[in-house]
Formats: sequence, structure tokens, C-alpha cells
Amino acid sequence: MLKILKYSFYDLMRSRWSYVYFLFYLALGFVLLFLNNDLSKAVITLMNVIIVLVPLIGTIFGVMYFYNSKEFTELLLAQPLRRSTIFLGQYFGVAGSLTLSLFLGLGVPFVLYGLFKSDAIFNFTLLLVTGAFLTFIFTALAFNIALSNENRIKGFGYAVLLWLFLAVIYDGLFLLSLIVFEEYPLDKFSLAATMCNPIDLSRTLILLKLDISALLGYTGAVFKKFFGTDFGLLISLVVLLFWTILPIWRLAIKSKRKDF
Amino acid sequence: MIQIDNLHKRFGKNQVLSGVELTIKSGGIYAILGPNGSGKTTLIKSILGMVIPNTGTINVLDTNIKNGWRYRKEIDYLPQIANFPSNIRVGELIRMIKDLRQKPSEENKLITLFGLEPFLDKKLGTLSGGTKQKVNIVLTFMFNSPLMILDEPTTGLDPGSLIRLKKLIQEEKEKGKTLLITSHIMQFVEEVADEIVYLLEGKVYFKGSIEELKQKTDQVDVEHAIAAIAMQTTDA
Amino acid sequence: MNQILSHSKLLVFLILIGGSQFLMGRTITICSTCKVSSIKQGIAMAVEYDTLLIKKGTYKEYNIVIDKPLTLLGEDYPVIDGEEKGEIITIVSDNVTVDGLFIINVGTSYTTDYAAVRVVKSENFLIQHLVLEKLFFGIYLEKSNKGKVYHNKIIGDAVDEYNSGNGIQLWYSHHVQVDRNIVQGTRDGIYLEFSDNVTINNNRSSDNIRYGLHFMFSNDDIYTNNTFENNGAGVAVMFSKNIRMQNNTFRKNWGTASFGMLLKEINDAEIIGNTFEENTIGINIEGSNRINYKGNDFINNGWAVKVRGACYTNTFKNNNFLYNSFDISYNSKVNDNVFEQNYWSSYTGYDLDKNGIGDVPYRPVKLFSYIVNRTPETIVLLRSLFMDIIDFSEKVSPVFTPDNLMDSNPLMRKVK
Repeated sequence: MLKILKYSFYDLMRSRWSYVYFLFYLALGFVLLFLNNDLSKAVITLMNVIIVLVPLIGTIFGVMYFYNSKEFTELLLAQPLRRSTIFLGQYFGVAGSLTLSLFLGLGVPFVLYGLFKSDAIFNFTLLLVTGAFLTFIFTALAFNIALSNENRIKGFGYAVLLWLFLAVIYDGLFLLSLIVFEEYPLDKFSLAATMCNPIDLSRTLILLKLDISALLGYTGAVFKKFFGTDFGLLISLVVLLFWTILPIWRLAIKSKRKDF
Repeated sequence: MIQIDNLHKRFGKNQVLSGVELTIKSGGIYAILGPNGSGKTTLIKSILGMVIPNTGTINVLDTNIKNGWRYRKEIDYLPQIANFPSNIRVGELIRMIKDLRQKPSEENKLITLFGLEPFLDKKLGTLSGGTKQKVNIVLTFMFNSPLMILDEPTTGLDPGSLIRLKKLIQEEKEKGKTLLITSHIMQFVEEVADEIVYLLEGKVYFKGSIEELKQKTDQVDVEHAIAAIAMQTTDA
Repeated sequence: MNQILSHSKLLVFLILIGGSQFLMGRTITICSTCKVSSIKQGIAMAVEYDTLLIKKGTYKEYNIVIDKPLTLLGEDYPVIDGEEKGEIITIVSDNVTVDGLFIINVGTSYTTDYAAVRVVKSENFLIQHLVLEKLFFGIYLEKSNKGKVYHNKIIGDAVDEYNSGNGIQLWYSHHVQVDRNIVQGTRDGIYLEFSDNVTINNNRSSDNIRYGLHFMFSNDDIYTNNTFENNGAGVAVMFSKNIRMQNNTFRKNWGTASFGMLLKEINDAEIIGNTFEENTIGINIEGSNRINYKGNDFINNGWAVKVRGACYTNTFKNNNFLYNSFDISYNSKVNDNVFEQNYWSSYTGYDLDKNGIGDVPYRPVKLFSYIVNRTPETIVLLRSLFMDIIDFSEKVSPVFTPDNLMDSNPLMRKVK
């Protein structure tokens, strides 16, 4: 698998899109730092951007790569390689190179602006960890969609819909249901609903860091336990990991049964 | 070499293979023929494990290939349309495949044979169809595996290269290898094939030597023989 | 502790020199092996303006009543152990100084507020360099004016409100200075009731189970440079007038009913240069009018300012609102308060004419804060793209938020 990963990774590192992605983050980092002139504030703004943008890019890039590398995949399929090796290798290649672009693109401007000397470093690390998780999750979801849809247009459509749903619509429905059922105790429901969406989950991780003061203003005992202790952080990370593993696992299973 | 029993494959509502029975003995060149959509490529891909059969078993070198992958070490495959990852250079692709297969290879001889030296540093995306096919051929012939599967090997080749390809195929045959070839060029089939496997409506309609085919159909050349089979079935 | 010790040594010296020269009092030495071996005995023997020098040791005494002007001076922190039997020192005379004692084990009672040191109807007292532990009430001033409570350390171990007392309590006591005390682990760190013209400076009140500082019906008081941290419910200032609150720090007051500062029925106050950091609510305002908020820093709070209605003609000027989850929350559509020239970290406007003031107004009240007020669980949707979209549309055309509630001249740079 490492070999496939290596080749996919090299292939991507040479493709224009990796650079576009890298330059985009580089520009975003510099522009935010230039406008804010304040590391902490830039990190906060970035967090808001990251949890929406990284899934979008991960999804689109994942689908695009999968379809574009169809020939490469077929070439590999005829080689004495396990199928899961091929797909997981490609997947980790894509997710890895996207993550690297994210790390470098954001890392360079922030380091230049004196990240290591500031107290924003923890927030920034959290930002990168969250970004990496989201990249891995959404690339995996995209691979799954692409694997199940021969038709590129359809695949793209589903992928974008998935993103739109998880990034925006889900929260709208979530909010609506909270307001409709506001007479009932909702803290368990709201935490469960958060767990069911990786974007919300990443947002929670960020909330735990940035908005803990506000979160602790709520009365519910479950909330208190979740947000008031390390329990919340732990659970979020575990579920996020679960969210990463699940689509990868499905990818491995599905790829075994797929015809080419 | 290859033993296929009761092979069925359906894509959606489209039944492509419906009970293929086929035994390919070691050594010799087998041409797999059939009209468009008769399941040639599906059959080849089934043997390669790229298509998963609905029912039936395939044995390659006396092992069931289901869920296996190691048996592909013994197969060299030339895919139909050589669309390679466009970002990689020719030289890199060759090195990569070598790296993946970890077998001795003789790519230099083949590169010289097809005059590919000037292209080694070019990206695959920039190559013409014919050159890509030459690269494809190099990738397939550079290893020394007992089974070769060639899907439309002549696509896009100029006459010179075609001659070299035929020569290569003969050489491989003389080494005692088994070759499966699909082609639409009947002249090419007639020249190289020892035996013909004719697929029709997802079944093996005919298997035998070219002579037997000619006799059976009362035709003097393969092209007409094949056409005759097609006529018979449409009449029937 | 070392500092307290060196202070006390210096004071011992000064009082020995100065006291003997100017007040002409005698010094009575108390120690376990001395002729005078208990404090009560010492007080009984002493005449006005004498000094009782209490040597290092443990004195198991309680109900010590100081009924004449005396100085009780501890040397190397003698321990006065009340053995949880009741009140330990009660001052009922003017001009009493208590200095350098380590008082422990005050009795707990549900009917009587036992204190480590109580001052009753007396003036010109000085209570300093005490260390109080295992207490019920710490220092209790009752109808006692013109005194000073200086540099004491009060460490309680309160768990529940009902069976714990306050660290420093002032009741009908005016013109008192409370300075440089450290209070922690009590019910209310510092509690004032009906006490006017009190100055509270440089204290540190933390980890108390209710309020770090609690004001009731007390007017014309000043408190500056205090730190209030991690108290159950922060600082409460209620039913009082003309209070000046300056350069204090309110930190980490977390919880459902917890605020940096709670203002209730406060009129004509000045709140200047304070820092509110990481509180669930920075300032919670209810029925408070004509308050001037200037140069305060609100950093990383859940809600920087929560306005609960009936608040008129308050002015917020030159404050920094930095990284709060919500800057301002309102529960009504009426606004009579002024927000001018503050710095808002979430301001996204521009300054084309480069005069340091943003060209578009800032609206500090988000629609989402209304939703959260209504359905608190929605807080988990904070920072979601969907919420941002809703907030943006509300910003463009306000429906739920008061449309005149805005800072027309938001600053582009932080107020230093």
C-alpha cells in the first residue's frame, strides 16, 4: 500500500491542483493575518472558514481524483496487488497531499508571523488537527460516492449535495427541531445530533476551545459533563476517528466487489 | 492454464456472460473473438479479477482466483485503451510498474525496439495514441510471465510497429507461453492465432483451430468464417 | 507569608519604638511559660493603650473580648485555636489593633454568626496581617466606622452555602478601608451591606462558593485593582448608588448563573478600565441606569454584556470586545443605551478614509443570541455556517434586534 500511496502522492504533488490548493491556503493565511494583524483573531476566523471549506475541497478533490485516475486504477488492478491496497493507497495519497497542502499553506504564513512565540499555538494546532480529520473524512466520503457512481456528473452532484447537506442544511434542520421541541429536555438529543455530523463535531472541538465560557452557561447536566470536563474533547475525538474509519472501511469492502 | 466453469456476469439488467465454459491449455495463442458486446472484455477482466463474476469459478494455474491477487504475478496484461495517468513521465511509469511487480524485466530492449528513448522524459499526457500504445506494449512485454492477455494490441500502431509486435508475440509463444488476444483485425488473428474462441451472447459458441472454423463454416478465410457465424445466428 | 512576616517584624519594631514613645503604653508579653500565659489574662491585666505581645505558641482560647483600646501583636504568628467552640476575638472598644495572629477553628453555628474577629460599634480599628483558617465568618465589622482591614489572608474550606460564612463582612460600617487582603474558599469573599464610603483596593478574592464581592444597599463606595477569580457566581453589586469600579479583573467565573459582574438596580456608577476575561457572562445588567462603561476589556467571555431589560442611558465607550462568543445580548427590542467608539474583534467593516473609525456601523447583537436565549440547547450550533447566514441576513435587515442598537463609530484598532 505504501508504494501506491507514494505514487499517488507524487502524482498529486505534481498536479496543478495541489498547488492551487496550497496557494489558496497560503493566500488565505497571509490575507487574514494582514487584515487582522493579530494571530489569535486570524486563527479564530480561520476556524470558521476551515470547518466549511476543508470538507468542500476534500469532497470535490476526492471525487475528481477518483474519476481522473480511473486509468491509473485499471492499470494497477491488473498488477498483482490487493484491491484494498490500491484504493486505500490512492485514498491516503489524496488525503495526505491535501493535508500537507493545508499544513504548509497555513503553516508558512503563521510561522512567519511569529506563531511559535504566541499563545495561539494551541488553537492553531487544534485547527490543523481538525482540518486533517475533515480532509480524511470527506475525501473518504468522496471516494465512496465516486466508487458507487460510474457517472461522473452524478458523482459530482452527490458529493456537492453531501457537502451542502452536512455543512448547511443539517444545521438548519437541527435548529428547527430544537425550536419545535423546545419544551422537552434536549441536551442529549443535541449532543447526539452533533455527533452524527463530522462538520458539527469538528465545530464542537473548536467550541470547546473558544467558547467554553458560553457553553458552560447552559444548565443541563449532560452538557455540563460534556463541555465542563475533558470528557467532551475525548468523545469528540473518538467519534471523529470513528467517522474517519467508517468510510475508509466501507471503501475497502466496496472496492472488493466492484467491477472495472 | 485457465479453467472456467459456468461463468455468469450481469451488469444491472444486462446479462453479459451466461455460462461460459472454457479450458485453455498451456502454450499457444488463443484469439478471443466475438461481435461487439459479446463479453470478450468482460471475460478477460474476469480472468484478471477486475470483474467479479456473479456465479461460476475461474482457475488460473490451478488456483481459484476468487479474492486472490497473487496469481496476477503470472499474468502480463495489455489493456485496451492505454490511458495512463497524465502527470507521470514514461520512464517513471516503467520504473513504477517494475517497482510494483518486483520481477526481472527487460524494458531496455523493448524501448530500443519501439524507438521510445526520446519519449522517456515526456509526460504521458502529451503522447500520441500510437506512442502510448507502444509504451503499453513495453509495459506488458518487459516481464516474463507464463500467461499474457492482450486486449486489442494493434490499436494505433503504425505498420512497422505492428510487424515488431507480431514478432514479439511469436517469440513469446516460442518460449512456451500462453497468450490470450482479442482483436478486430481478422488478418492479424489469422496470422498469429493457434486457436479461436468465439463468444456469442455470453457463451462460448465455438472453440477450435482456424482450420476447424473454416471447415465448420465452409469459408476460405477467417473473416468470412466469422461473418458466417454471425449470419447463422441471425438467421436462426 | 514571608512578606507578611517581615511586615509584622517591622511593625513590631515600629510599635515598640513608636508606641512606647507616643502612647506611653506598656508592653505585656504573653507566652506559655511567661507569667501571663493567656490572652484573656493579658487583656484583663492591661490598661488602655497597652500592647500585648503574643509570642509564638498555641493559645486555645475563644470569646476573647477586647473592651479597651489595646494593641494585640503576634510575634512569629502565634496560633489562636478556638477549638470550634464559638467566636474568637470580639472588639467592642475604639482604637484597637489586632496584628500578626494565626486564628483557626472558629465555631460553626446555624443561629449565631461566629467570626474569627468581630468589631462591634467601634471606631478606628486596625486589623492586619492576620491569617485565618478553618473559619465560619472571617472578619465581621458591625456598625463600626473609620477602620482598616489590611493585608489579611483568609482561607476557608466552604462547601455549601448554608453552613459557611463570609470572608470579610461589613454591616452598617462606613468609611472603612479594605486593602490587600486575600480571601478564598468562603461563601462571599467580601460582603457589604448598608455600608457607605468604603474603599476596597488591591484585594484578591477567589474560589469562593458564592460571590467574590457582594454589595447590597451600599452607596458611594470605590473598589479598584481587585482580582476576582473563579467564584461561584462572580461579583454582585445590587441596590446601590454611586459606586466606582476601576481597574479590577474578573476572571473565569464559569457556570449557569455565573458572571464576572452582576449589576442589579445600580444607578450612576462608573465602570472603568476593568478586565472581564473568560466568564460565562462578563457583565449581567438588570435595572441599572446612567452607568458609564469606559475602557474595559471584555476578553473571551461567553457573553460580554447581557442586558436583561430596564436599563436606560448607559454609555459604552472605548471598550475592547475581544473574541467573545456573543458581544451583547438583549432581551427586548427597545434600546436606550449608547455604544460609541468601541473596538469589536468581530467587526468586519472597512476604513476607507483611514481615520481609524470603521465606515459601516457594527451591530453587536446577533440574532443567534436571541435564539439561544429562547432555546438554550441551540448553543451547540454556535459558529455554524447556517447560523452565520441567518445572522448575516438579520444584520442586513434587522427584524428581531433593536435597529438602533449599533456602534456607529466602531474603532479599527484596540483601545490601549
